[in-house]
Amino acid sequence: MGVTTQTGAVILAQQSIAPPPIHYSAIAPVLIVLGAACLAVLVEAFVPRRLRWSVQVGLSLCTLVAAGAWLVVYARGEPMGLTTLADTLAIDTPTLFLWGTLLVLGLASILLIADRSVEPGGAFVAESSAAPSPSPRAASGGSTGGTATSIAPAPTPAPARATASVAEMRTEVFPLGLFSLGGMMVFCAANDLLTMFIALEALSLPLYVMCGLARRRRLLSQEAAVKYFLLGAFASAFFLYGLALLYGYAGSVELSAIADATAGSLRSDTLLFAGLGLLVVGLLFKGSVGPFHMWTPDVYHGAPTAVTGFMAACTKVAAFGAILRVLHVAFEASSWEWHWVLWTVAVVSMVIGAVLGLTQSDIKRMVAYSSIAHAGFLLIGAITLTDEGLSATLFYLLAYGVTTIAVFGVISLVRTSEGEATHLSAWSGLAKRSPLIAWVFTFLLLALAGIPLTSGFMGKFVVFSAALTAGMAPLVVIALVASAVAAFFYLRVIVLMHFNEPAPDGPTVSVPGAFTTAAITLGVVVTLLLGVLPTPVLDWASVGGFVS
Amino acid sequence: MTLLLALILLPLAGAVVVALLRGNERAAKFAALAFSLVELVLAAVAWIVYDPAGPRLQLTSSVEWIPAFDIRLSFGVDGIALVMVAVIALLTPLVLGFSWRERIPTGRTHGGFFSLLLVQQALTVAVFATTDVFVFYVLFELMLIPMYFLIGGYGGPQRQYAAVKFFLYSFLGGLIMLASVIGAYAYAARATGQGTFDWARLTQILGDAPLGVQVWIFLGFFLAFAIKAPLVPLHTWLPDAAEQAPIGVAVIVVGVLDKVGTFGFLRYSLPLAPDASQVLAPLVLVLAVLGVLYGSLQAFGQVDLKRLIAYVSIAHFGFIALGIFAFTSQAQIGSASYMVNHSIATGMLVLVIGMIIARGGSTRIDDYGGMAQVTPLLGGMLLVAGLSTLSLPGTNSFISEFLVLIGSFATRPVYTVLATLGMVLAAVYVFRLYQRVMQGPVSGNALIGAAGGPGAATDPNLLARGAENASGGAYRAGIGDLDAREIAVLAPLVVLVIVLGFYPEPMLEVITPSVEATMSEIGVTDPVTSQGGN
Repeated sequence: MGVTTQTGAVILAQQSIAPPPIHYSAIAPVLIVLGAACLAVLVEAFVPRRLRWSVQVGLSLCTLVAAGAWLVVYARGEPMGLTTLADTLAIDTPTLFLWGTLLVLGLASILLIADRSVEPGGAFVAESSAAPSPSPRAASGGSTGGTATSIAPAPTPAPARATASVAEMRTEVFPLGLFSLGGMMVFCAANDLLTMFIALEALSLPLYVMCGLARRRRLLSQEAAVKYFLLGAFASAFFLYGLALLYGYAGSVELSAIADATAGSLRSDTLLFAGLGLLVVGLLFKGSVGPFHMWTPDVYHGAPTAVTGFMAACTKVAAFGAILRVLHVAFEASSWEWHWVLWTVAVVSMVIGAVLGLTQSDIKRMVAYSSIAHAGFLLIGAITLTDEGLSATLFYLLAYGVTTIAVFGVISLVRTSEGEATHLSAWSGLAKRSPLIAWVFTFLLLALAGIPLTSGFMGKFVVFSAALTAGMAPLVVIALVASAVAAFFYLRVIVLMHFNEPAPDGPTVSVPGAFTTAAITLGVVVTLLLGVLPTPVLDWASVGGFVS
Repeated sequence: MTLLLALILLPLAGAVVVALLRGNERAAKFAALAFSLVELVLAAVAWIVYDPAGPRLQLTSSVEWIPAFDIRLSFGVDGIALVMVAVIALLTPLVLGFSWRERIPTGRTHGGFFSLLLVQQALTVAVFATTDVFVFYVLFELMLIPMYFLIGGYGGPQRQYAAVKFFLYSFLGGLIMLASVIGAYAYAARATGQGTFDWARLTQILGDAPLGVQVWIFLGFFLAFAIKAPLVPLHTWLPDAAEQAPIGVAVIVVGVLDKVGTFGFLRYSLPLAPDASQVLAPLVLVLAVLGVLYGSLQAFGQVDLKRLIAYVSIAHFGFIALGIFAFTSQAQIGSASYMVNHSIATGMLVLVIGMIIARGGSTRIDDYGGMAQVTPLLGGMLLVAGLSTLSLPGTNSFISEFLVLIGSFATRPVYTVLATLGMVLAAVYVFRLYQRVMQGPVSGNALIGAAGGPGAATDPNLLARGAENASGGAYRAGIGDLDAREIAVLAPLVVLVIVLGFYPEPMLEVITPSVEATMSEIGVTDPVTSQGGN
């Protein structure tokens, strides 16, 4: 008891001597997002149910725009990189770029999540406690017993739809999304490992819940949530264990202190590399880099499509933001000892993504494997450890995120009466039914494949040229071959859409609501602009390195 | 805006106009034809304006695109690029004319088809015209997209397979080339402190690069161009693409698109990696000779008319590659002019075969026989195209093939002798084709079917008139000889075959300075100076 009081007094005394300065203007975007998330919880509690959706959507969009506006104003003052909150957060150029990326992607995701016209009542479950009852299972068409029951409601689809639209979607998804986004912003700004861990949990926990909220295919969705949660918990444990070992090695959790410790000390290399390995495993898991990708296809497949878009784009940005910072700041000096490991990981990720992507018959799983391949490309940029590599990776993250969200936006539009038609066979002949959507999707797929004049190509180009300059020619060649292999499965979808006859009982393309239209338009325009006129964004991404 | 930019932008504008008009088939067709004819006039003007004695690159223009990497939208032509641009400008209206009445798959329109063809034309002109290595790569890949939709959307029954195969092959090659493009940039950045993609500067910088660097850069470019050209082990996409593509598109594929590969050898592989290309020349020469022999033998064995042309082209690309990598100016001039003459000869052959197929409805050689009795004019055209293909003296290809062989013999006698066998084989497959399709008694399912029953086949006159007297006009079409449209399509090619056969000077005049500049960039002189009298 006495000891506790004593330590408490010591801490108090230290605080009274040197209160850590806080640069409120620098961290305002995070504060806005997290503050709005708290507000959104209150909205959930006190605002009448019929108003909640509009209030939540308005609040979320205003938050993101306000945070973005603040960020722009702050960044235009050309601030010096600084650390704040007792050096736990580093607000430097990469942080600002990543925050901007996250806010743009978050905005697009919220737009997708908010859409209620494609799926009447929204894509999210009306009662989050709703167990997978027989009728939703029948709707998923997943069980043989369900096939018989699914025939029964078919003659009277109109009343069924009516009841579906009466049940308003639950709106917890908005505060959850904001909390997660806030966590991501802290994650890629965290300057010590403990802050990074807390941010990791703050971004992950809401995501686990969001994955389980799909209105259709409840079982798949809940399975995805459980799988993501369990594997995510493992990854967090790895991260934490690595953190502990590194603390044992360096005597500090600050990245700069670890960097100092690695520079020519006689400490235990075992602690260092075991710690680094475990830490990186946790980070690679979040970035869905192979071979730590096991959750990706299932979760992408099961989660509501809008959430998948959010997860695919924003989580990847946050995870690679953190990977970049950890590698650049803390482990640059020891890079010649570990870079072979990450070379291998990058190759494995590209090969797994490209090769297994070929065998997929579900479009969401296909995009999941594509994201694993892209994670490999991103990792190449991350392990160059040069300023060009840094800015190239940042550019790639923005380009990839925007395209991916638009891809999931389009996927959410192609539906049968039973929900989204994600099986590839359902996409055949889409160009005959709805040419505009087919061409938009073709463009996005070409961007993922890395065809010139799209952002995907510019991203690959800058990453590969940075890697080649850094002397990683073999990795670049493997990456190029992997790109060519991956191009096959994108092409396959293009062939299906354009050159095949439509299936007689094929899906219809819903007329997108204003929100989805906005998200897809944003994605397509940015994808094109970054491909044709990449200069401004390249300049923003390349004005400086990390501070610590 | 320079003339060259106009040559690139005009077909693009045309494509937009035609796409907008596609509801009205007639208007769309005439608009496309008009744009392609204006393009042809512009190309002729460019030819006149071009000064063979002037600087290496002419009609230049340059706009900044991505300053972070010193990427500029630079365009300019040398003699080789100019003649290729002229060939594209010539072939496109002919292809449009040929495709005027092509059957288009249901749900698609002539407007869409012609619009894609014009996009293809614009991108191909731009590929030949750009002088920025990065922009070249971008266009090299972009060029695939309209072609992919042309084959996949308008082709034969296996069109999806052919389109995807075509795309993936070229895309893979392009990506490997991208590694070399970036590698060249990275080397320039390291050597001079300032990376660049400008072709002329890269040529200077890389000319002094160590062999190890050059070899990798050479191999990246080589793979892309060897797939495009195509050289033998990498050729398998071409027969499929040529077989499944509509005839008009096949003309563009073998006539123009493939030339990007051989053009790339001359413009990029040799100057960017001069030492490596001489060290690795035997590799290319082996593949080239292999291509000549393998292509000729395969052509001999084909049962499908369109696949036959593909293999003929593969054999000819072997000749072109042989000439380029023989490193004498004679051989290279031969190769550069062969690129043009092959486009004319093979383009004509494809068109004539397309006209045969349009009459018989079958692509199998077995389905035809004795056609010359019914359609003498068409038979004559096949003979002209065939003779030009086998490089008979007096036709355009002869002079090129002769230059290639005589120029290559000076440095590479063994390869040259082996390749000469290809000339013999060419005579065999061309005459065999002509004999089986045109000569002998009228026979073959396609002809008999088209003419309206077995009774018609016995009487050539009946066949020609389409059995109108036999059943009172029930069989309306029959098998007619060439109509005015088809004559208009073939006439310019016939004229060129003969004129360039006897008077190739205008073309050689334009090509020669550029080839000699290439030779001096590589740092090679002709082995026997007395021969360099071209």
